[in-house]
Amino acid sequence: MTDTARYQRSDFQTDQEVRWCPGCGDYTILASVQTYLASLDIDREKHVFVSGIGCSSRFPYYMNTYGMHTVHGRAPAIATGIATANPELTVWVITGDGDGLSIGGNHLIHALRRNMNLNILLFNNQIYGLTKGQYSPTSEVGKKTKTSPSGSIDRPFNPVSLALGSEAAFVARTLDMDRNHTIAMLKAMHEHEGAGLLEIYQNCNVFNDKAFIDLTDKDTRDDNRIWLEDGKPIVFGKNNEYGVVVDHEGARVIEVSDVGLDNVHVHHADNPNPSVAFALSRISQGPYGPTPLGVFRNVKVPSYGKVLEQQIAAAQEAKGPGDLAALIRSRGTWTVDA
Amino acid sequence: MSDETLTEAKPEPQQIEDVVIRFAGDSGDGMQLAGTQFTASSALFGNDLATLPNFPAEIRAPAGTIAGVSSFQVHIADWDVLTPGDSPDCLVAMNPAALKAHLHDLVKGGLLIINSDAFEDRNLVKAGYETNPLEDGSLDAYQVITAPMDELTKIAVEDSGVKGRATLRSKNFFALGLMSWIYQRPLDPVIEWIGSKFGTDTPVGNANELALRAGYNFGITTESFHKTFVIKPASLPAGEYTNVVGNTATAWGLVAAADKAKLPLFIGSYPITPATTILEELARHKNFGVKSFQAEDEIAGIGSALGAAFAGRLAVTTTSGPGLALKSETLSLALMIELPLIVVDIQRGGPSTGLPTKVEQSDLLFAMYGRHGESPLPIVSTSAPSDAFDAAFEAARIALKFMTPVILLTDGYIATSSEPWRLPDVDALPDISVPFASVDEDGDPFLPYLRDPITMARPWAIPGQAGMEHRVGGLEKDATTGNVSYDPDNHETMTHTRQDKIARIADDIPDVSVHGEGDELLVLGWGSTYGAIRTAVNRITRKGRPVAHAHLRYLNPMPKNLGEVLGRYKQVLIPEINMGQLSRLIRAEFLIPTVSFNRIQGQPMRAREIETQINKLLDGEDVE
Repeated sequence: MTDTARYQRSDFQTDQEVRWCPGCGDYTILASVQTYLASLDIDREKHVFVSGIGCSSRFPYYMNTYGMHTVHGRAPAIATGIATANPELTVWVITGDGDGLSIGGNHLIHALRRNMNLNILLFNNQIYGLTKGQYSPTSEVGKKTKTSPSGSIDRPFNPVSLALGSEAAFVARTLDMDRNHTIAMLKAMHEHEGAGLLEIYQNCNVFNDKAFIDLTDKDTRDDNRIWLEDGKPIVFGKNNEYGVVVDHEGARVIEVSDVGLDNVHVHHADNPNPSVAFALSRISQGPYGPTPLGVFRNVKVPSYGKVLEQQIAAAQEAKGPGDLAALIRSRGTWTVDA
Repeated sequence: MSDETLTEAKPEPQQIEDVVIRFAGDSGDGMQLAGTQFTASSALFGNDLATLPNFPAEIRAPAGTIAGVSSFQVHIADWDVLTPGDSPDCLVAMNPAALKAHLHDLVKGGLLIINSDAFEDRNLVKAGYETNPLEDGSLDAYQVITAPMDELTKIAVEDSGVKGRATLRSKNFFALGLMSWIYQRPLDPVIEWIGSKFGTDTPVGNANELALRAGYNFGITTESFHKTFVIKPASLPAGEYTNVVGNTATAWGLVAAADKAKLPLFIGSYPITPATTILEELARHKNFGVKSFQAEDEIAGIGSALGAAFAGRLAVTTTSGPGLALKSETLSLALMIELPLIVVDIQRGGPSTGLPTKVEQSDLLFAMYGRHGESPLPIVSTSAPSDAFDAAFEAARIALKFMTPVILLTDGYIATSSEPWRLPDVDALPDISVPFASVDEDGDPFLPYLRDPITMARPWAIPGQAGMEHRVGGLEKDATTGNVSYDPDNHETMTHTRQDKIARIADDIPDVSVHGEGDELLVLGWGSTYGAIRTAVNRITRKGRPVAHAHLRYLNPMPKNLGEVLGRYKQVLIPEINMGQLSRLIRAEFLIPTVSFNRIQGQPMRAREIETQINKLLDGEDVE
């Protein structure tokens, strides 16, 4: 950050004591978001943070902006009202795998398909934390929790696949502990017009510790983090020895030496057809083994709020501003004389 | 037939004070349209009127069956009518099922207009007739006029360009034409409407006009009709009138409230019968800056509205019974974070899907108590289509002034029926704007829960306003700072605060007024029973028995003088289209005995039923 920056990270901190468990991945995400917001030339009062219920949903209390801590699962719906009412605001939705994918799944998919002007941060820790450790819609099959003592028999959601299937125009994934990448993803999402979903793998060190160990452990991470970079062949591994090919079978991991670099898939997030992004999202069904991180999809679609403003302007142009006296006479009138 | 005999065949119209007409037919027969147009021309003619549409929940129930019958009742008069009438004086039956479903309501000796073409074996069986009522003498008690409407319509529209079975779609206009002749309604308004709806010189427009004229001429040329009727214009209070449907008036009241609040209107709603037409009406008025959002469900409807309220808009969500249940959780959040929000509930028959297209008053206790925790809310109700504009405006005024969600209760009868409404002077409507919060000049921090000493409203600071960034949420708030607080005493303080704030609204609403005489009996009502109660009370008063009527617009809090009013009467009768919900509230609040009269049939209360109960009470008998 340069000296001329308008804000410091501290400008976005509140006087409220942060009450996540020590070591929670939420602290890192909070710092990333505050750092990113401080880097922007956007009035602090124009940011609104909206959350549902859950550990992640305490987030707005710690952001010195406008904020609403709302009803379990309903943050995308409430944020939709804010963003539609005032398109000049920058609206952030903070949700989790339980809040956003279980109780609030309906609102999430509809906010995405409408391309509402919302930046949605989905903290995925694959567990219910606030209620102390029950399996979530992203928990792996077989997971033993207090409510699945014999192992979960629910098949999990892949949040990126779900978002792509919901017509989302921007979908990305990052890791809580990688602040630089998180900030890069926040920036890409914020600069995209309309709805964006950023899945953040977030470690719950109390109820689901090391869920992302394949992607975070220094011995395994290089072989498991598939960085998606726009316009570049998708290669990864300590020596970039692995790559991804996409064909009619889908996307799969190969050794570059087997196919040659020319046959490795070159990533284009702006591909209008979401099928390739979807194929990439299916390389892993969770943070197990090689898993893509980065922007899966970033296409231009007019936002709901912008089109609505255009319709209103067109109506005012065509009919003139609203005339109340004329409105109540629009169905025909008659006069009764005294 | 020569012109001379034609003239002779047309008798002088008989002047009558009022008539109740019911159009009934298959739900595909266009009876709602025929009734609406008959109503529109009567309104423009200057009659007072009240209507009652009644249709099945299915869009196309099986043709020819009782379940598929749709009807539209209109009461037109040269005096100030308040109800669509208890029993029709004239029934138009387009098929046997319509006759079977509605004949029992027709007054003895009433006029029965029948489409004889529909009375063939198959339709008779579908309606459950063993013999043809047109032939078996079962209609002898009525004045029956039959017309082969299918055949005559087909002939009439031959040159319209409409072909085949589609020609029969115009038979509702034939019936309308015939009724226009019998009751001496002008055709011009209908023809004008046909032009605007279907275009001039289009096949469908032509067919409808030809069928309309054919029906009218059928009346002139046949000798079936021994008399026609005329109803003089009503002597209503001077002013400019329109014929308004309740949901339209509700929508307009909200547009007016936004205008007078100097705020853009936002409506977030999910389609649900019979509330949908408010969303539809508001969606048309984008030039007023109205933002309408059709949400993915009821929860998102209220959620988006609450978001818009936080962003500083006049926010509304509309719904009906089952939808109100879904909104309950977010409504609790709205009252916890104390934002203005209007929830319009069009009550319909319940529980569950119940009777989606029919009226009931059974959401009162749900509106009052249907939330988790101690969660008081103001409740405003409307009594008639002509009252809905004012009620919606008032709900918005209270929401803004007291920073609270407000429930506006209307019902399925008010929603769909229409009556003349004397237009208000919109320039004279009060300014209901409230200032947004402003930054403290001394530099003190913004406290979102610091209250107005009189209204107890908290300040409304909206995103985009610098220096007042704050967080609201469902967790309990510290009474002073607004920060999250788990303190036991604070929770008790806040619980009382939320209750007191709503209770104080009583200081801001008018006293309930009493119509009528004596100290024997007060009939207390709320909502759409207004017309029936007032009609019954007036009839009994005219017969020399003293009785009084009071009607509540405000259900929570109730007017401050209500206890004193109730105490003046020996008996209090409360008619409701439910199992006695207001009665329970009154008993609990004022510890007085009340007499409930309840009808739960999905139909508006009838004046005659209430009249009977009043007479019983005055005679010292028990009510039903």
